[in-house]
Amino acid sequence: MTSTTTHGSESTQTTLLSPKAMQILKIILLVAVDAAVGYLISRLLTLGYDPLAIAIFVIFVFVNIVLVVNKLYPLRWMVVGLVMMGLFTIYPILFTVWVAFTNYGEGHLITKEQALDQILDSSYLPEEGKAYQWTAFKNEDGEYALWLIGSEGNGFLAKPGEALTQPQAGEAGISAFDEDGIPESIEGYQRLNTIQAAIDQNLTKILFGEEGQTIQVRTPSEAAELLPKYEYDPDRDVIVDLETGAVFQNLRGTFTSQTGQELKPGFTETIGFSNFKRFFTSPALRGPLVRIITWNFAFAFLSLLLNFSLGLLIAIMFNEPGFPFKKIIRSLLIIPYTIPALLTILVWRGMLNPELGVISRVLESLFGWAPPWFTNQWWAKVAVLLINLWLSYPYFMLISSGSLQSISDDYYAAAKVDGANSWQQFWHITLPLLLVAVGPLLISSFVFNFNNFNLIYIFNAGGPPMANTPTPAGHTDILISYVYNLAFSGSRGIDYGFAAAITIVIFFIVGAITLFQFRFTRMWEEVSENV
Amino acid sequence: MSNMSTVEKLRSSASLRKKISIGVRLFIALLLIIFSIFPILWVVSASINPTGSLATQRLIPRNPGFGNYRELLTSGAFPFWTWLGNSVKIASITSILSLSITTIAAYAFSRFRFKGRKTMLKGIFLIQVFPTLLAIVATFLMISQIGDVFPWVGLNTHTSLILIYLGGAMGTNIWLMKGYLDTVPRDIDESAMVEGATNWQIFVRLILPLLRPILIVIAIINYIGTYGEFVLARILLKGNEKYTLMVGLQIFAGAQFDQRWGVFAAGALLGGLPIMIIYLILQDQIVGGLTTGAVKG
Repeated sequence: MTSTTTHGSESTQTTLLSPKAMQILKIILLVAVDAAVGYLISRLLTLGYDPLAIAIFVIFVFVNIVLVVNKLYPLRWMVVGLVMMGLFTIYPILFTVWVAFTNYGEGHLITKEQALDQILDSSYLPEEGKAYQWTAFKNEDGEYALWLIGSEGNGFLAKPGEALTQPQAGEAGISAFDEDGIPESIEGYQRLNTIQAAIDQNLTKILFGEEGQTIQVRTPSEAAELLPKYEYDPDRDVIVDLETGAVFQNLRGTFTSQTGQELKPGFTETIGFSNFKRFFTSPALRGPLVRIITWNFAFAFLSLLLNFSLGLLIAIMFNEPGFPFKKIIRSLLIIPYTIPALLTILVWRGMLNPELGVISRVLESLFGWAPPWFTNQWWAKVAVLLINLWLSYPYFMLISSGSLQSISDDYYAAAKVDGANSWQQFWHITLPLLLVAVGPLLISSFVFNFNNFNLIYIFNAGGPPMANTPTPAGHTDILISYVYNLAFSGSRGIDYGFAAAITIVIFFIVGAITLFQFRFTRMWEEVSENV
Repeated sequence: MSNMSTVEKLRSSASLRKKISIGVRLFIALLLIIFSIFPILWVVSASINPTGSLATQRLIPRNPGFGNYRELLTSGAFPFWTWLGNSVKIASITSILSLSITTIAAYAFSRFRFKGRKTMLKGIFLIQVFPTLLAIVATFLMISQIGDVFPWVGLNTHTSLILIYLGGAMGTNIWLMKGYLDTVPRDIDESAMVEGATNWQIFVRLILPLLRPILIVIAIINYIGTYGEFVLARILLKGNEKYTLMVGLQIFAGAQFDQRWGVFAAGALLGGLPIMIIYLILQDQIVGGLTTGAVKG
């Protein structure tokens, strides 16, 4: 067969450069790309995005192997596609699986190291301990300096962000000391008298000295060194508050004290199956979730049934060869399918608008009443199904009429001989044969509608809202739009972990339906045979 | 005609029945057509209605005019051209790149025999079954993380959006393309191989021209799908300058739907009509592609 290929064979098609030069060019290119990717990976690691860094690393090791090992020549043809698929399809799926087992979400967005860094950074001003007497100086730019005198009588100069110095008179712009050992003046600075210093609003807020060894004004006469407020004990995985002695336990990604006080920020931590347990057992969520799941299945099933029925009906009615205006009728009937769905859903939203929309106004004038399409849960559901019917019956019409033409006339001739009427012919010949042909497409369509986020979200954002739910949920919400709210609406706290767990549940439902599709249609075997 | 034979009588009554049946079906067709195109007519009417609000609209507007179009195309609050330009740019780039990736990979799957080939094909098939929408949170986070290092592929960039669309390129149409390639006789490759052509030369000069019909269909289906895509674009893009037409119109519609219904209608028509026309002209080819498993988007 054609599998005999040699390395570098694609380079000979360029006549501008010799094969050797091409080879060198390729290596240079590969090294350049690797350098860029290496930089990306190292930066991602410093930022704490380890999973992504690892994924990119694995993918680019693969790329290098494929490009260097001659035996893998065929893979070079698909390496770009595989990289794209790996990074933008497979990695997000795997990441979703990981997130489902964590508390990732609002207040838990960073790693434990980062959270500890932030928490351990805070310090407090001890009420007792090593203290200095202080005198304040201020320059014209409003910057302060302190002259500190320690218990041993040594004088220090302290400026914000700089290490303490111990200058003598005459050094660094320091004038002669007065009888208390305080410089009369410092070059560029004005010495503040006791009253000026006491009423200065800013002075007590300023941290003097370099980071980690800061000094703050405690009382009008005393300044003291700040001490770190918290200490982390890795053995017990607790944080101890050195000021109050309180112990903060690591409670699912937040250090929490006995009294319920929490140290911000929290951090991402694996929490096992908690998200899934919540999904299946939380009493507060059960009500809305059961309703959402029921409606999700009902919506997908009813959509399929209605859309397919209408599409099939039309296909049968106009299937006859030589039916007048056949081509024009078909072209006009597929129009709903040809316009981006987003636009037509918005148009329907306008037409169904209760006070202003045309449909509501016409019904109002005919019957004196129009359904509350947006505020009543049942009418909202009817509206969604109606719009979906409008959007997708043309697709079913098209696939049905295609399959109808492939059913042999012999079947009908035989049925007529047996005296079957047209209803019997439809029920016993047309429908079964058609279902075999379009079965896989019907199941894909069910899966598509099961996750038909666009329609639900754009029409009414899942509304009308259900009352008293712990997280926002609406009567026309399906699982995927509910997940979207959890992850992006943010009105009651973003919870990526829980959203991801629901996503996994949807994965399983969709996966089960797909497996069923394989069995039902033996498509899998066909696929395998054609390979 | 009183001496008509029984057979003729039967025949004429059958033809009458047939005529009635066709008449009834034509009437039903008319109702269905009204159902199908009423919303479109309604939008056309709204777009030329000078009062421009949802409440005052009637099917045949008084004093029709193009005021809404003028406002749409010239008022700064509604950067229609920017949005349309973004959409066309993103859809074109995605469609071309995705087609290249798919075709080249499909050629390898069709012509080379290598270890793991079946497993890879099956794997791609399975991955494609999962709706990418489900991993949307992870996708969002990934892009925001990459953007912390390389801002030009981060949130609110068209690059990141295109890359994510390309992530689905292999999965969606490779089976269709490989199936088509399998029908192209291998004799072509083999005789060229004998004459010393490389695989790449065979692919570019001999096979690619033969694929033109399916390439066009897949490119257009891809283009339409990307053009109409909304969810990923909505999440990744922020700000009027970056929006695609779909995102822009959706946000516009959310904000001031009732008052500026006419302007919205004009925008929806201008944005939707080109796609509709492509579809209607190429309906046979596109339908053929869709029913054999190509993905609309």
